[in-house]
Amino acid sequence: MPQTLYDKLWNDHVVRQEADGTALIYIDRHLIHEVTSPQAFEGLKLAGRKPWRVSSIVATADHNTPTDHWDEGIKDPVSRQQVETLDSNIREVGALAYFPFKDLRQGIVHVVGPENGATLPGMTVVCGDSHTSTHGAFACMAHGIGTSEVEHVLATQCLIQKKSKSMLIRVEGQLGKGVTAKDLALAIIGRIGTAGGTGYAIEFGGSTIRSLSMEGRMTLCNMAIEAGARLGLVAVDDVTINYLKDRPFSPKGELWDKAVAYWRTLRSDEGACFDCTVDLRAEAILPQVTWGTSPEMVVPVTAVVPDPAQESDPVKREGMERALQYMGLSPNTPIKSIGIDKVFIGSCTNSRIEDLRQAAAVLKGRRKADSVKLALAVPGSGLVKRQAEAEGLDKIFVAAGFEWREPGCSMCLAMNADRLEPGERCASTSNRNFEGRQGPGGRTHLVSPAMAAAAAIAGHFADVRDIL
Amino acid sequence: MEKFVKFDGLVAPLDRSNVDTDAIIPKQFLKSIKRSGFGPNAFDEWRYMDHGEPGMDNSKRPLNPNFVLNQARYQGASILLTRSNFGCGSSREHAPWALLDYGFRVILAESFADIFFNNCFKNGILPIVLPKEEVDALFGLTEHTPGFRLTVDLAQQQLVRPDGHVIGFQVDPFRKECLLNGWDDIGLTLRHAEAIREFEERRKQQQPWLFA
Ligand code: SF4
Repeated sequence: MPQTLYDKLWNDHVVRQEADGTALIYIDRHLIHEVTSPQAFEGLKLAGRKPWRVSSIVATADHNTPTDHWDEGIKDPVSRQQVETLDSNIREVGALAYFPFKDLRQGIVHVVGPENGATLPGMTVVCGDSHTSTHGAFACMAHGIGTSEVEHVLATQCLIQKKSKSMLIRVEGQLGKGVTAKDLALAIIGRIGTAGGTGYAIEFGGSTIRSLSMEGRMTLCNMAIEAGARLGLVAVDDVTINYLKDRPFSPKGELWDKAVAYWRTLRSDEGACFDCTVDLRAEAILPQVTWGTSPEMVVPVTAVVPDPAQESDPVKREGMERALQYMGLSPNTPIKSIGIDKVFIGSCTNSRIEDLRQAAAVLKGRRKADSVKLALAVPGSGLVKRQAEAEGLDKIFVAAGFEWREPGCSMCLAMNADRLEPGERCASTSNRNFEGRQGPGGRTHLVSPAMAAAAAIAGHFADVRDIL
Repeated sequence: MEKFVKFDGLVAPLDRSNVDTDAIIPKQFLKSIKRSGFGPNAFDEWRYMDHGEPGMDNSKRPLNPNFVLNQARYQGASILLTRSNFGCGSSREHAPWALLDYGFRVILAESFADIFFNNCFKNGILPIVLPKEEVDALFGLTEHTPGFRLTVDLAQQQLVRPDGHVIGFQVDPFRKECLLNGWDDIGLTLRHAEAIREFEERRKQQQPWLFA
C-alpha cells in the first residue's frame, strides 16, 4: 500500500505498540535548552536514573541569553542561574555537542541543529520547545515536548505517542516578487486557523514548496505549530541533500552515500492517502501582516483591519473585539497606515542568513524612519552572524539605523532585556503575536524580514513590492 | 504523580478561545528551575493590576476586579470551563504546573492544543473535550447557578451535574489507566528496556550514521 512520508517515519521508529495504538517511539535526536530542562534533569537525578543515550543530546543556551554586552555576562540573576544550571547538568551528563553562552556556534536551538548537520532526514527530533516542528523541513518527525517528556526521553530514549492524522497542504505555482515562505506560512494559518492542524501531522507539498530553499522550508515548518499541528514535514529532494553535504555532524564518505540512498526514500508514495488535503495557489498569496493577538488574525498588507461586526460567530466576534482593543486598532483601518515603534528581525522563524539577506536587500542605501525608536537585527546563531558579517550585511543594518546584536531568542519572547514597553507596536519576524509576548502590553505584528525592513523605512507598514 | 480519584468540584468559567500558554503563565516566571510555586502567577497579566515579576509578594498585589477568576464565587474552584484551542502556544510545562498549583484538576473545553493536552496528563490534570453544545450549556449553568459544581468520575468517564444529568466523555484508555493509578510513565516505559535495546541495536545496523 502506498505510504505517506509520515507513515514511513512513524513505522521506522515504533519500538512496540499496544492494541489501542499507543506506541513507544524511539528518539534519535534530543535538543536541549536552559528553560525547559532543569526540572527534567532534577527529576532524573531524584529518581536515581541515568540518561539512556547521551550521544543523542545537542544542547545550547538561547532563551535567556543577552544579545549585547556579552563581556558583562548575564546580569539578570534568575536567568543566569538557569543558564548555569544547564552548564552544570550538561557537564555532569555529557552530550554529543554543547554550545554554551558565548560559544561561536551558540544560537537558537532550531537554527543550531540544522546548520551543524545535527538534524538529519529520517530522524525523530524532540526538544522542550514547541517550534521543534522546524526540523520537519528535513523530513524529520520533529515536535515539541513538555518537561516531563524531556525527562522521559533522557531516561528511556523513547516517548509514548499515538499516531496523528495526516494532512497534505499542497501549494502550486510561483510566489510573487517580495513574497516569502513567511507570507506563505501566515497565509496558510489564516486559511486553516490556529486550531486547523490540531491532531494532524502536516506535510507541505507541491511545486511551490519544492522551489523553496531549506531555510524557507524551515520557516514554513516552524510555523506549523502555530496552525496547531503536531509537526510539519517536507519530503527529501536535492535541495535537502545539498544543504546537508559537509555539515559538521553530517555523515561522511561511505556512510554519506548510504545515508543519501535511504534519505531519497523519504517522501510520500504516489497515491498515498491523507486524511485531509488543502490546496493553495502561490500567485494568490500577498505579503502578510497580522492585526490581532493570534497568528490566524492575518490579512494581506493591501487590506484593512477586519470589522468584528461582520463576524457571525459570537465567540469569534468577541475574540476579535478583544484583540482590536489590545492592539489599539479600529476596524477598517488600512494596514499600511499603521505606524510602528520598534522592529525586530530575528527568532527561530526568520533569523537565518537568507532572512538577513532579504531584509538587507530592502534596507541597502536606506534608513529607518525617525519615528522608529528601536530596530533590532538578531542573527539566529554565531555562525549566521559570522556569515552575515563576511557578506557585509551588518554594515547595511547599522547604516540603516538598526542595532546589530549577538545571537539568541531575544525579543521573540522577551525573556532577556530585549522587549516592548506597554503600548509599543512592533513589526516582528517572530512567530507569536500573543498578548504580552514581546513584553507586557506590547503589540506585535508578524511579518516577513523583507516586510519588517520595509516597515522600518516607512515608519508604518508598507508593501515591500513597491520598494523592491 | 497523585492518583486521580472521583471528586466533586466547583466550576470556574473562562469564556475565551485560544487561551495561550503565555497568558496561563507569562514567560518571566519560566526562569524558575523548580516545578512548584507557579499557582499565584497563573493568568498573571489578567489577574493582577500591576506587572508581575518573580520574587514579588503576590498577596500584596492589587487584583483585577474584572478578571473572572477573581470573583468571590469562584474561589476554590478545581474545574476550569473554557472554549476552543485552550493551551495553544509554547510547550512550557509551567502552564499545567501553574494550573495545578492554582487548584485545577480538570479542564473542560471544546478543544485543546496538542502539547498542552499531553502535558496535563503528565501532571495529574484531566483535560476533557466536550461538544460545543455541552460547553454552551455549562457556561449558562455556571453563570446562573451560584456555587455550580460537577462530579468528575474518571473511571466511569462521566461528568454528573447537580440535577443528575450525566455527560459522558472520551479519554484515551492508556492515559486513563495512568491517571487512575498515578503511574509514572518512565517506570512503565523502562519495563520495556529490553525491547528498546533491541530496537537500538537494529537501528545501529540499518542507519549507522545516526550513531557515528
Ligand atoms: S526564537 Fe522564539 S519561538 Fe524560537 S525558540 Fe526562541 S523563544 Fe521560542
